[in-house]
Amino acid sequence: MSTLGTTGNAVRRPFTGRRTRPGDLLLQAVAGLAALAAIALVVLIAYKIVDGSRLSVSTYGFGFLERSVWDPVHGRFGALEFVTDTAITSLGALVIATPLALGIALFLSELSPWFIRGPVTALVETLAAIPSVVIGLWGIIVVAPILREHVEPALHSALGFIPLFGAPGTGLGVFTAIIVLTIMILPIISSISRELFLGVPAELKEAALALGATRWEMVRGVVFPYARGGIAAAMILGLGRAVGEAIAVAQVIGAFDNGASWNLFNAGETVAGKIALDFTSWSTQDEYSSYFYLALILLVFSLVVNFVAQRIVRGVARRQGLAR
Amino acid sequence: MSALETTPNPLVRRSDRLGRRRIVNRSMEVLAWLAAAIAVAILGVVVWSVARRGASELNLDLFTKSPVQFAIGNVKQGLANAFVGSIVLVAVATAMALPVGILIAVYLNEFAPPSIESGVSLVLDVLNGIPSIVIAIFVFGLLVVGHGQSGLAGSFALATLMLPLVTRTTMEVLALVPDSLREAGLGLGVPRWRTTLSIVLPQTIGGVLTGTVLAVARIAGETAPLLLVSSVVGTAVKWNPTQALYSVPLAIFEDSESPVPADHARAWAAALVLLLFIMCASLGARWLASRSRRKLGRTAR
Repeated sequence: MSTLGTTGNAVRRPFTGRRTRPGDLLLQAVAGLAALAAIALVVLIAYKIVDGSRLSVSTYGFGFLERSVWDPVHGRFGALEFVTDTAITSLGALVIATPLALGIALFLSELSPWFIRGPVTALVETLAAIPSVVIGLWGIIVVAPILREHVEPALHSALGFIPLFGAPGTGLGVFTAIIVLTIMILPIISSISRELFLGVPAELKEAALALGATRWEMVRGVVFPYARGGIAAAMILGLGRAVGEAIAVAQVIGAFDNGASWNLFNAGETVAGKIALDFTSWSTQDEYSSYFYLALILLVFSLVVNFVAQRIVRGVARRQGLAR
Repeated sequence: MSALETTPNPLVRRSDRLGRRRIVNRSMEVLAWLAAAIAVAILGVVVWSVARRGASELNLDLFTKSPVQFAIGNVKQGLANAFVGSIVLVAVATAMALPVGILIAVYLNEFAPPSIESGVSLVLDVLNGIPSIVIAIFVFGLLVVGHGQSGLAGSFALATLMLPLVTRTTMEVLALVPDSLREAGLGLGVPRWRTTLSIVLPQTIGGVLTGTVLAVARIAGETAPLLLVSSVVGTAVKWNPTQALYSVPLAIFEDSESPVPADHARAWAAALVLLLFIMCASLGARWLASRSRRKLGRTAR
């Protein structure tokens, strides 16, 4: 980032105050228009979503978030069910993915022998490139039967006293969605964390090791505190990705809201998944607008996630700039 | 987290705890190895499932024949309409996003003052963070309501997803172009715009190509927007983007929801083709990136 600013300036300065050539003006205008178009596009997205949801927002207000009913016939809509299922699936995925991702990042930055570091890094990045629809297909046909036959009954008999592990279901449900989302956000969190860990100054690490710390004590005492903010940003970005994922979740979550339930093996329905599966069959203006309301929730959430992550990243960059 | 301050420094403790510290250290190392192994294993299992189930269904019919609705018996069918549709959708999307993305990058890197640059970068990050399903419903409200579904609407949605990726990579390569090249052009009295277009931009072709390939690989598997804006299709092979076009990810999605095993088989085959394409594209892009970086490095010296 900083290099961008400086390279530009070095060349730009001598030109201010000189005569401007028409060609320069033209290129600058055309390129500037393109940048303006990008801004306009984002504004237009926000406007269209807000405009589309206006009817639903004015009719249901915040009550939309407190009801779990989707009834086009009687014109009653609420998103509580979808919002809670979205929260459960994406937070569940975050809880599983974060320690795994930190482990991968530590392995790649501190532990791995040089000859497997490159290949493993590439493989983890390849995991990120697999389209969500393929992971969803794999989830339906390969994972779901295994969960149904083996994992869910085993979890139920071992941990059945926890309400989360209730009676086994069809293999398609909230639990399956958590697994699929974990796989999807794992490479995001691990690749950001890996870069953070590689950015920890070697002097600090060497100082800890020279004081007699074991490798893990060095990681806990130096690497983690140094990368703390960045790890938070990575987790937030992963969460944003999980919340916005529509297709893979729609494929494996069973797409059926059966009321409030603690059982992870039951089917569910997320905000994004609901739009993906049912939007095109909207029947009334109310319902159409309510789908835009769902999209508005996702849009606002993604904006918040982005700004928070950006702030953290900038803060970390500033702190590291000072430290050096 | 602030382990340094809160826990007493383990180094000043008596050394009889050394054994315990070693065990903790060793077990944490083992866990990290395990985490990496799990990630690689997941990838292996996913790719292996797709390859095993898809390979047996992979034949020429997949690319030359269209699906048959309500097929009775062993009718030969394929997904020709989906492959053609995907090619058209992605090509049109690239044609929309690439020039705009390059222009934005040129503006931000060569012309814009730092304040505008960081502002537009932020907007692009925001665009990159918007979930594809939101883009999908936006394009539906913008282009599909009142006009009907079309391949162009699908391409527009894909282009919206592509734009931040293409811009970001182009900016990264533009920043790598040494200032001495710009100064050499300007010093010879070449106008700014010609310096940019005929000296600076040609240096970035490798990098831009890499970014484009990666972006294409990313949007080729994108399903959500197409599900909403280009999904009501017949079984005919269509090249015309003003009509709704079928696509490979959509075919995988629909066939995966179907209860018919034959549809599942087709979904696996399509997934294998898609996965092969994406992996080749990513690997190719990696190779291109290392090549062009080496080339830029040479000119810098």
